[in-house]
Amino acid sequence: MSNEWPLWEVFIRGQHGMSHRHVGSLHAPDAEMAIKNARDVYTRRNEGVSIWVVEAANIAASSPSEKGPLYEPSNSKVYRHPTFFNIPDDVGAM
Amino acid sequence: MTNAALTTDEALFQFLLRLGDNTLILSHRVSEWCGHAPVIEEDIALANTALDLIGQTQFWLGLAGEVEGKGRSADQIAYLRDAWDFRNLLLVERPNGDFGKTLMRQFLFDAWQSLMLAKLMKSTNIRIAEIAEKASKEVAYHVERSADTVVGLGDGTPESHARMQTALDDLYPYVGEMFIGDAVDAALVKDGIAPDPASLRNDWDDLVGRVMAEATLTIPQKPFAHVGGKSGTHTEHLGYVLADMQFLQRAYPGAEW
Repeated sequence: MSNEWPLWEVFIRGQHGMSHRHVGSLHAPDAEMAIKNARDVYTRRNEGVSIWVVEAANIAASSPSEKGPLYEPSNSKVYRHPTFFNIPDDVGAM
Repeated sequence: MTNAALTTDEALFQFLLRLGDNTLILSHRVSEWCGHAPVIEEDIALANTALDLIGQTQFWLGLAGEVEGKGRSADQIAYLRDAWDFRNLLLVERPNGDFGKTLMRQFLFDAWQSLMLAKLMKSTNIRIAEIAEKASKEVAYHVERSADTVVGLGDGTPESHARMQTALDDLYPYVGEMFIGDAVDAALVKDGIAPDPASLRNDWDDLVGRVMAEATLTIPQKPFAHVGGKSGTHTEHLGYVLADMQFLQRAYPGAEW
């Protein structure tokens, strides 16, 4: 058995209407303490309105070696990128 | 100090010193963990708690200086008094011991402070009510965090449980002082400035009883209470705290950086 607490990834929403953004990671014995630790480590200076934590072991990640098949095919198909629209300022953050 | 000689301002000054010295000395004790806590997350959390407490100290001692009316700042009151002029509870000057004991002391104090601040928010003295309201937000978090840690360690491994029970047994004789009133308290109760300390006991027992039950810890049933801190009779530990805390201002008076 490991003596280390599990690793948690921390996501913070900076303001209402924005998405949660990954800010870093920390160790904690359980989810509740992970949120408390996140509060102490990442939100002491008004950084957020909401905290998510997820145990790092529960995150499935793509493999760097699959970069080509996963992302490159779209580069030649400009119509997949929504770059032809003018977004009005009033829409705000997207 | 006799009853007759105590004006409301004198009582208020003493009361503000008690509040400010509690947070000042506990802040220093907690800050002793900086760089030494078992894990970095706890190190940061403890440093944050110490900073919150020092912030509260600035308000309480700053107001104490104003009430005293001799032009002393919060810094002068903090750094240029000797042990017998300090009015903190003996509980907060107890040595840190291990991490569990530090958090046990923190919880016993946080539980009391959260109840005290809730009463002070309704003080007839508007300045006190404002400081209490600001501090209570920080303390609500402190008590939640220290309670969680007491439960986690108390209901943890056999070793952590044994350490937490020892910590509770060692610190419990210093609990009673929080609830014993004197002439200073009586003078402020009369004007609705501060609560009767004894009136906090039932709520404190409820809160601490709940947390200790969850932590599978047994509250000692001995009523004996060490007293003296509130009137300036301290244990030998306070002198060492002050030697550490005040050294710079004593050796280099007025130094700033």
